[in-house]
Amino acid sequence: MRQGIKIGLIGGIIEVLLALVGMVEAFSQRYIISDVISMGQTLLLVVAMFTGYLAAKRTNRSEPLWVLANSLISGLIIGGLLSLLVILGSMVRLRAVFINASPDLFKLLTFNQGIGTGILLLLIFGTLSSSLSGLLFLSPSLLRGVLIRSLAGVAMAGLLQDLLRAIFAPWGPIAEINQWFFPINGLTVQGAVSLFILIAAISYFWRKSGSKMKTSLRRLPPTNQRVLRITSSFLLAVILLALPQILGLFLSEVLTIVGLFVLLGLGLNIVVGFAGLLDLGYVAFFAIGAYTVAVLTSPELGFLNLSFWGALPFAIVAGVVSGILLGIPVLKMRGDYLAIATLGFGEIIRILVLSDFLRPWLGGAQGIAKIPRPSIGSVEFATPQQIYYLILAGCLLAGFISWRLRDSRLGRAWMAVREDEDVAQAMGINLVAAKLLAFATGAGFSALSGAIFASKLGSVYPHSFSVMISINILCLIIVGGMGSIPGVIVGAIALVGLPELLREFAEYRLLVYGAALVAMMILRPEGLWPEAKRRQELHREEAPEIESASGAASGK
Amino acid sequence: MNGVARIGVPMKQLACVVMVLIMVLGLGVASAPAASPAKPKSSFEYEDRIGVVKIKPGGPIHIACWFAVAGSEATLGIDSKRGVEIAIEDRGGKLLGFPIKLTVEDTGCNPEGGQAAATKIASDPTIVAAIGSTCSSEARPGAPILWRAGIVTVSPSNTAPELTSPKRGPEYAGYLRTAHNDKVQGAVAAEFARKKLAVKRTATIHDGSPYSEQLQAVFVATFKRLGGIITSQEAVAPTDTDMRPVLTKIATGRPEFIYYPVFIAVGGHITRQVKEVAGLERVYLMGADGMFSPDFYKAAGEAAIGMFHSSPDFSAFAGGYRSFLEKHQKKYGGKPLSVFHAHAYDATMIIFAAIEKVAKKAPDGTLYIGRQALRDALYATKGFKGLTGTLTCDAYGDCADPRIAVYQTTADNVKKLVMPDKPFWKPY
Amino acid sequence: MRQRWEESIKVTDILMWLIGAAILALIVSGSIATLAAGRYTSRHWFDFIIFGLAQGSIYALIAMGYTMVYGTLRMINFAHGEVFMSGPYTAYFVAASLNNSGFLDRQPIVSLLIVFIVSMATSTLIAVLLERVAYRPLRNAPRLVPLITAIGASFFLQYTFRGLYGSGFQAYPTVKILESPMVIGGFRILKFQAVVIGAAAFLMISLYTFIQRTRVGKAIRAVSEDKEVATLMGINIDRMIVTTFVIGGMAAGAAGVLYALMFKQVHFFMGFVPGIKAFTAAVLGGIGNIPGAMLGGIFLGLVESVGPSLFLDGLGIVAPYQLKDAIAFTLLVLVLIFRPTGILGERLAIKKA
Repeated sequence: MRQGIKIGLIGGIIEVLLALVGMVEAFSQRYIISDVISMGQTLLLVVAMFTGYLAAKRTNRSEPLWVLANSLISGLIIGGLLSLLVILGSMVRLRAVFINASPDLFKLLTFNQGIGTGILLLLIFGTLSSSLSGLLFLSPSLLRGVLIRSLAGVAMAGLLQDLLRAIFAPWGPIAEINQWFFPINGLTVQGAVSLFILIAAISYFWRKSGSKMKTSLRRLPPTNQRVLRITSSFLLAVILLALPQILGLFLSEVLTIVGLFVLLGLGLNIVVGFAGLLDLGYVAFFAIGAYTVAVLTSPELGFLNLSFWGALPFAIVAGVVSGILLGIPVLKMRGDYLAIATLGFGEIIRILVLSDFLRPWLGGAQGIAKIPRPSIGSVEFATPQQIYYLILAGCLLAGFISWRLRDSRLGRAWMAVREDEDVAQAMGINLVAAKLLAFATGAGFSALSGAIFASKLGSVYPHSFSVMISINILCLIIVGGMGSIPGVIVGAIALVGLPELLREFAEYRLLVYGAALVAMMILRPEGLWPEAKRRQELHREEAPEIESASGAASGK
Repeated sequence: MNGVARIGVPMKQLACVVMVLIMVLGLGVASAPAASPAKPKSSFEYEDRIGVVKIKPGGPIHIACWFAVAGSEATLGIDSKRGVEIAIEDRGGKLLGFPIKLTVEDTGCNPEGGQAAATKIASDPTIVAAIGSTCSSEARPGAPILWRAGIVTVSPSNTAPELTSPKRGPEYAGYLRTAHNDKVQGAVAAEFARKKLAVKRTATIHDGSPYSEQLQAVFVATFKRLGGIITSQEAVAPTDTDMRPVLTKIATGRPEFIYYPVFIAVGGHITRQVKEVAGLERVYLMGADGMFSPDFYKAAGEAAIGMFHSSPDFSAFAGGYRSFLEKHQKKYGGKPLSVFHAHAYDATMIIFAAIEKVAKKAPDGTLYIGRQALRDALYATKGFKGLTGTLTCDAYGDCADPRIAVYQTTADNVKKLVMPDKPFWKPY
Repeated sequence: MRQRWEESIKVTDILMWLIGAAILALIVSGSIATLAAGRYTSRHWFDFIIFGLAQGSIYALIAMGYTMVYGTLRMINFAHGEVFMSGPYTAYFVAASLNNSGFLDRQPIVSLLIVFIVSMATSTLIAVLLERVAYRPLRNAPRLVPLITAIGASFFLQYTFRGLYGSGFQAYPTVKILESPMVIGGFRILKFQAVVIGAAAFLMISLYTFIQRTRVGKAIRAVSEDKEVATLMGINIDRMIVTTFVIGGMAAGAAGVLYALMFKQVHFFMGFVPGIKAFTAAVLGGIGNIPGAMLGGIFLGLVESVGPSLFLDGLGIVAPYQLKDAIAFTLLVLVLIFRPTGILGERLAIKKA
């Protein structure tokens, strides 16, 4: 009972917040299902259902009545809090403070029915949605899983409708089918129903026999397994090569952005993930790579007018050298001292390229434009579909180097430094060399990424190299799973690719991004695809002392 | 358990899924004719050099915005977005009987954001035309991408000269703007200082944004040409708040005039803090249109009294502008956030006018819009009565009515938070 | 092997000192050139110092929150800048309504007190919520994990406040009694600068006394020295951690109002840059060390104000104030080269940091 009230209150406050920050209203014109349910309503519904589910989950399962009662109460409280907001809004001019408490919002919240009926409807909405999810919780796990998946699937399809439309546009017949699902704004009712059935069927099939398929695969004789592995990696290679042709223009663009961040992430992964050196100024090397290419190639400044390939080695060398140069003064710093010194380095580079003082050489606030695109023979890497291959090559190279380094002598030295600097030193590891090599390798990858970035954009501006980039890269390697190479890719897809896909939700993108970061870290502190060793560590010591061996990146 | 049974179970399930799939596809195909009529049988033909957007009866005319609606320059982008939304509302949400659909992509005021947003728009073949970008740095990589896809774009707030310069290259052929060029504005400010106020010693401050840096560069060049002396050219960061040190440095040069074409936040700080620095109590202050907004009076307070702004000539912002402001107040509960809402309104309206000019309806009700034709119609815009003046597009896409005037702020302006509406000085 | 390692340490050490010496030489020669040029009078220098002190004391107040949280949790509370933003942004609405009703002009001191209380309460609430939602579930996670939740929380708070109060900014009303300048010994100083410096000094001293003298303060120090021993001594660790967040939040809320008095504008993004600066200040002074945070904050404020004119003007570098953050960070690196744990860094820090 108390749990129901408590969770209901939290859920209700979240709903009120969603309404007040303007998300409900902003998404009220975009439909999940045409003219039936808008994204704003879906948002309220999802939170209410989730609250009801949580309230049910916190109750003793053997007493189904209590479970239902709890979820019902939580829903009632949600409805009540929203009604309170409506009443308050009708009495005082909330808009003087809360800019989004507009008449339209209250119209939406009261289902366009005036206050009295509106509040009744709100209460019904709250109780109905949360007790539904209470029922869902009580239903057998197979049914529950299938239902949840199908509901989520329909909601996702509605959310990504523009994207699906864009992807399928060039594919004649598929585009027609897609058009049937999403004619203008949202799914059609028939479309939603058939999508629901479709997902339900697939997930039913998967739940029933997915694990069996896995075990039967595992039981295949070794030779067959090898054949399978080779075929699947061959398939993977083919898919990787064909990807931009399949995905079309925009998704290829997203892929290239993700690719650049994978490259950056692989570099920072060596510095932070392998060697445990917390670097918050990693964007500096990205900037150095980009500006080296820009200065050497752009006819606007007219120094050398090299081609991209001519400038690329200089960019990487510049990155590596500056990595070492930065590394030397910070050799003795640890943990957060290192973090802030590197952050400072990143800012210094950005300020210098922006400055009027260095304007004749670096372009100042106007940046450097007219950077030529790379070309091989007469083939120019101009569109995202072409640049993709360049970035893919870079990522494969960086991934290969990281993978070889990780298991090398140097890699083990890095891990030792990460776990405990003092012990590593006592074991005879050359700290200076290990640290400087980590900085240099990471900086090299970053400069490579920057060089491709500059020629992809055709222009560089100081504003592209803010501290937020460093922070974003750090987030992606930790969300992916620190020290894990596939984790970098997963992290880049989650933190760079997804927000890029949801560009039209711009105003609320960062809000959701922030909330998602917090949630992800609380639910999966080891990351989405952790390194095998680290996963063991985390799960072995569920509640260790604070400064356990996992002190990691800040070197304890 | 034997092998046959193990394989057998999944097979059954698989069959189920296949069945369902077939059913769904069948449903789709069955209702497809309703959604997609067969090719028009009549002899209707519509040709265009690059491509044609076909809009089925009832389908939307899809317009995309690429604005900086998140991040540090969000006010600029949101301001423009509202201008577009009001324009669509003024048309009743419909054009030629077709509903208008608006998609807004965020650009974040940086080139990579501009490139991504432009690519997203370019990949959607239903989009007829685009409005944007917010910042000039976004348009540099973005506009060519859109034009490669045959999408013409009109920017309400790019002011960088090179975007409409004769040297810009053919990849910018689909780019136009309703915002005025920085070259005009910077020069007007310098002429005003030198000719009208007859000052000799001037200091400038910019905030490191391409807009601000460009304006002060044009100002300095013109001012020197007119025989003035620049005592110092300073720069601050857009996130700086304490301007007193840099102003103290400026004070050592004993200028009579300070020109700071920056945005509202920095402008507010400078205006307030100038009065607090010894030696600068009596200098003339002048800003540009980036802070010509009621919000600036909030930021600067009474310190703004007497200062000058260069901005589009508001006497041309005819009666329509007042009703625009009323609609804005009603819809968004406040005054416009920045300066380019009216330009965005006009950008939207010239696109609508051009669509109306080139669109053709087939006998079956399908609307045909030629991309090249739309681009040409936009470039042919002439004498269009907009909110910001009479718009005429030149051969390089400059559509603004570039009449820049100088305004002086009075005590009454600050008190009521309204911009001066009568120019103090005009160069023409 | 061992010998080779020692040699390489020497080479990099020499390089490091060379870098440090080069920076120092640049600074000294710049300063001499500037002073020789005689462009600035002693009055100018006095003004620079006052401006720097006022800005620096705000940094110092925010830095205290960073340092205290670091002391107890050993984590960078990256969202502290947003704690700082939430207070004055919320209190703005109170200040505006006080101003509209004319109460602010009639009772300026009372009004200011009300604004301070609202701001401090809001910041404290946000800080406590932050601890509860984003940090407490991760008490035992690897150290970088709470840093990421802190970054996430920082975005979330920024954009939530933006959604609530709008993306534009608001401007605090002017408090008339604080506007005019006063003259002390021939030097002019603005009243509100004096108030900002005075209030910040008062707050910092009282906080420091609180930590040093009271039982709660001692308990907090015990927790930051050694959590296990503190538990054995019967100290409730959770409660002490919340207390540090409360104190940090209060200091940030107060700093926010002082900031608003000095700069007037408040908006959703206002916490980000001061947050990073304060973090820098805390590290500069030696993170975890309260007097260090104060010293670091004031040092940073002074460098930002005096530095560009003193170091760069003489070298003929144009627009030196654009480079002020670069100077601040260069000096930070310089300090850390010679004192890797900050100006007042605890010797313990080597073991703990």
